[in-house]
Amino acid sequence: MSADPKALYQELILDHNRKPRNYGELDHPSHHAEGVNPLCGDHIHIALDLQGDTVERIAFHGESCAICKASASMMTVAVKGKSASDAKALIHEFVDMATGRIDAKDGPHIGRLAVFSGISELPMRVKCAILPWHTLQAAFNAEPSTTTEAEADPMHAPLGDA
Amino acid sequence: MNTTLAHPTAAPAPNVTTTPAFDVARIRADFPILKLTVAGKPLVYLDNAASSQMPQPVIDRLLRYQTTEHANIHRAVHYLSEAATSAYEAARVKLQRFINAREAREVIFTSGTTDGINLVMHGWGRKNIKAGDEIILTVLEHHSNIVPWQMLALEKGASLRVVPINDAGELLLDEYEALFNERTRLVCVGHVSNALGSVNPVKKMINFAHARGVPVLVDGAQAAPHLALDVQALDCDFYAFSGHKMCGPTGIGILYGRAALLEAMQPFKGGGDMIHTVTFEKTTYNIIPHKFEAGTPPIAAAIGLGAAVDYLSGIGMAAIAAHEHALLRHATEQLAALPGVRLMGTARDKAAVLSFAVQGIHPHDVGTLLNTQGVAVRTGHHCAQPLMARLGVVATSRASFAFYNTRSDVDALVAGIRSLQKVFA
Repeated sequence: MSADPKALYQELILDHNRKPRNYGELDHPSHHAEGVNPLCGDHIHIALDLQGDTVERIAFHGESCAICKASASMMTVAVKGKSASDAKALIHEFVDMATGRIDAKDGPHIGRLAVFSGISELPMRVKCAILPWHTLQAAFNAEPSTTTEAEADPMHAPLGDA
Repeated sequence: MNTTLAHPTAAPAPNVTTTPAFDVARIRADFPILKLTVAGKPLVYLDNAASSQMPQPVIDRLLRYQTTEHANIHRAVHYLSEAATSAYEAARVKLQRFINAREAREVIFTSGTTDGINLVMHGWGRKNIKAGDEIILTVLEHHSNIVPWQMLALEKGASLRVVPINDAGELLLDEYEALFNERTRLVCVGHVSNALGSVNPVKKMINFAHARGVPVLVDGAQAAPHLALDVQALDCDFYAFSGHKMCGPTGIGILYGRAALLEAMQPFKGGGDMIHTVTFEKTTYNIIPHKFEAGTPPIAAAIGLGAAVDYLSGIGMAAIAAHEHALLRHATEQLAALPGVRLMGTARDKAAVLSFAVQGIHPHDVGTLLNTQGVAVRTGHHCAQPLMARLGVVATSRASFAFYNTRSDVDALVAGIRSLQKVFA
């Protein structure tokens, strides 16, 4: 579409949308949560199995736009095999990057997820990218459901789509 | 008026024929925003069902009011107050003529369609709807013509009955008629569906309801910018619409109501201007329409809406409808021919609204990628979630046209869809 490296629909994102990794359900997960974006009806379910402090298995499924699905897919790849504390640190870094509070280079755990840094310039799409991350946080917190409109949402702002 | 900007009727037509030429290039020149570029591309604005753009004569009228006429209305005897009052009431008369109401006092200025419907809900509904009563709506309604009635039904113990549609997005009149019974108290129906563009058979629906003594409220938000309106011919009891969808400002709209109904209604908001006399023991209310216009109204916006009505009438609603129909035909043919594109809403009688799905691509991705081509469409549930549920989708992409759109706007939309399909291929 555009030569702009910050352009959102890059091959990496399109590839994760076409072939989402860790897509499906887990038997007997230790943690799981459902995340909903009421503005568009998108929803995503994340299940993970925490062995000690390590994310041994993780999977997601749901219906969403390409940005949300690719974000979820890349998130599962990024946190699989990591410690819960590293995963939680990454959640904060990703959300801070997506909302424009930090640059991708200032997030030590961000890595390939920097491909989402351009989302901060599209305020109406930020929630698409961060929904999986909120949902993962909710799963860690043993909250069975969350939404992008929850009080905890750092982007909590009235977006007109009622 | 001392303006150098051309009003579409200001100059004589180049050649006099029985059908006046529709010069879209000249009309576009009236809209400064259409000269914008977005993402380095000329703006292709196809989100008119959400809000339309404002032509220079309306912008100029707002500027002139604020520059030389502003004061509060219906208050003082000084020059500016009289100038503002006279311009505000003149706008009411323009609106009265635009919808062919019997009297100007049947036109109440509101903040928009939602406000007008809520006014009827509070002023008429709370007095006339009782436990066990039924209100008929349709599955095509915008949330603003659902939620107020749901709130009222909850408060009163009344219930909502919903007219279904066929797969083309047309209301099923037999089903509508079958919903009536001795408990039916009100029908609320949109004139034109915002999500699908279906033009509903409101005249037939009103006739049927009136034969059973049931009043009808029409949500005209999507009709007023596109069709010639005649509330007397329609014989509706209430008709509400918004200014910003018809080249006027935001924050202004009107509710038309039959004078006898309005007179019998309770005011919705209390305050200044809506009273006749006030003591701490008792307040008597002003006459209509002032009874329903408590507080200082958006005076400039009302005058701007009057100017918008002049602008539209100058072009002619019949000419507007004809141009938009030609655009709709072209756009429907072009999109229907695109592989992987499904049109939603194929009613025989349609306004220039095209809801569509692109196979395998979420509407929000469609909207973001079309934006990179300078094409503005709406994506989402269009404030019509019950309709989305009926269609079996959570969202659609929607291109909605105005009289200033062109065939090349349609072609840009088609090129944009082809281009995003390649991205996702």
